Amino acid sequence: MSIGLTLLGLLESGPRHGYDLKRAFDERFGQNRPLHYGQVYSTMSRLLKNGLVEVDGIEHGSGPDRKRYAITEAGVTDVAQWLSQPEAPEPYLQSTLYTKVVLALLTGRDANDLLDVQRSEHLRLMRDLTQQKRTGELADQLICDHALFHLEADLRWLELTAARLGQLAKEVRP
Amino acid sequence: MTPDGALLTAQDLRKAYGPTPALDGADFSIHPGEVVAVMGPSGSGKSTLLHCLAGIVRPDSGSVRFDGRELSQMGDAERSALRRGEFGFVFQFGQLVPELTCVENVALPLRLTGVKRKDAEGRALEWLERLEVAEVGGKRPGQVSGGQGQRVAVARSLVTSPRVLFADEPTGALDSLNGERVMELFTQAARETRAAVVLVTHEARVAAYSDREVVVRDGKARDMAGAV
Ligand SMILES: Nc1ncnc2c1ncn2[C@@H]1O[C@H](COP(=O)(O)OP(=O)(O)OP(=O)(O)O)[C@@H](O)[C@H]1O
Ligand SMILES: [Mg+2]
Repeated sequence: MSIGLTLLGLLESGPRHGYDLKRAFDERFGQNRPLHYGQVYSTMSRLLKNGLVEVDGIEHGSGPDRKRYAITEAGVTDVAQWLSQPEAPEPYLQSTLYTKVVLALLTGRDANDLLDVQRSEHLRLMRDLTQQKRTGELADQLICDHALFHLEADLRWLELTAARLGQLAKEVRP
Repeated sequence: MTPDGALLTAQDLRKAYGPTPALDGADFSIHPGEVVAVMGPSGSGKSTLLHCLAGIVRPDSGSVRFDGRELSQMGDAERSALRRGEFGFVFQFGQLVPELTCVENVALPLRLTGVKRKDAEGRALEWLERLEVAEVGGKRPGQVSGGQGQRVAVARSLVTSPRVLFADEPTGALDSLNGERVMELFTQAARETRAAVVLVTHEARVAAYSDREVVVRDGKARDMAGAV
């Protein structure tokens, strides 16, 4: 999952300081692995260099980085593109998909849209596997089935998430 | 058929039960030989869409055209002749007639269009064989398993060689192995006869037998082909 894009997405709802960004990230997405400050600052300086964020103000005082960052138009475009692009179906996608759904809700985008597009991408692969299964030998069928059940699990989780979007929206955007 | 070759099209369908709309401007189209999965959350209007397309439910407004003919302009007799002759149906729970044997159930749609008993039952038996349940032909629906009954219902939907097959959760009551076998036999038969299949399902592995999917949400239908 891209930390840079996630931080950008968090910035879209308003300018924040580096430490504030880290806290927001950890609260929402950092369950098992909170960010290090170093990661935040190196990511932010990369985003700054690429013109995706700009410095919106500097706080006076001590401490490592007192810069306040704001997202630029190019940054918003990158977030929009990331959210509208389905993920290549592969195992253990859920943390990326979860991040995308939460960010879509936070930034007022249509999360159902994201889910429909991702389902479509999954189904494309599932159709290929189903076709292979129909024409293949038993061993191929079993291998395809394994992949199909995993992809289906992703989708069932997506459907369940879709059904709970209203509730999730209230939690991420109280 | 319409200029773009679609066999069945719907435009701007609206249907309300009481104050809340079940369909709120839904469009749909399907070509001969195409299998389209209709997906979407529970209560979003999938079955209502299928029922309007099949002429079972009359929409409040909007148009449904089958093979160039507008369903709303047909009389009741013409519409039910269309349903009997050109459409086939499979629902989640077979809905077989309990008093008839399985062969008689499968032969019934043919009998209703005037085919003689012997011919009708001969063709019914062929379809039961294809669906791998010839052995239950002489039994009543109450004496066969759920999976066998569902295969009988699929045979019944195919027996008239309909041009459109409507299936609403056809494998909903089956385990994965039976469900997939039924989908395999069903879609293969449909492709051979160039029937169009409108397949309502919430299961991705079932939808994977389709050519494309349409997502119904809040009474609107979104064609996902080319959406990615
Ligand atoms: N005969 C009816 N009378 C009253 N309301 C109805 C009727 N049929 C459907 N509805 C309502 O219309 C809406 C759409 O129902 P529909 O059966 O089309 O949904 P669905 O997408 O097929 O759902 P499911 O996946 O649960 O089968 C629902 O709110 C439902 O309660
Ligand atoms: Mg339904």
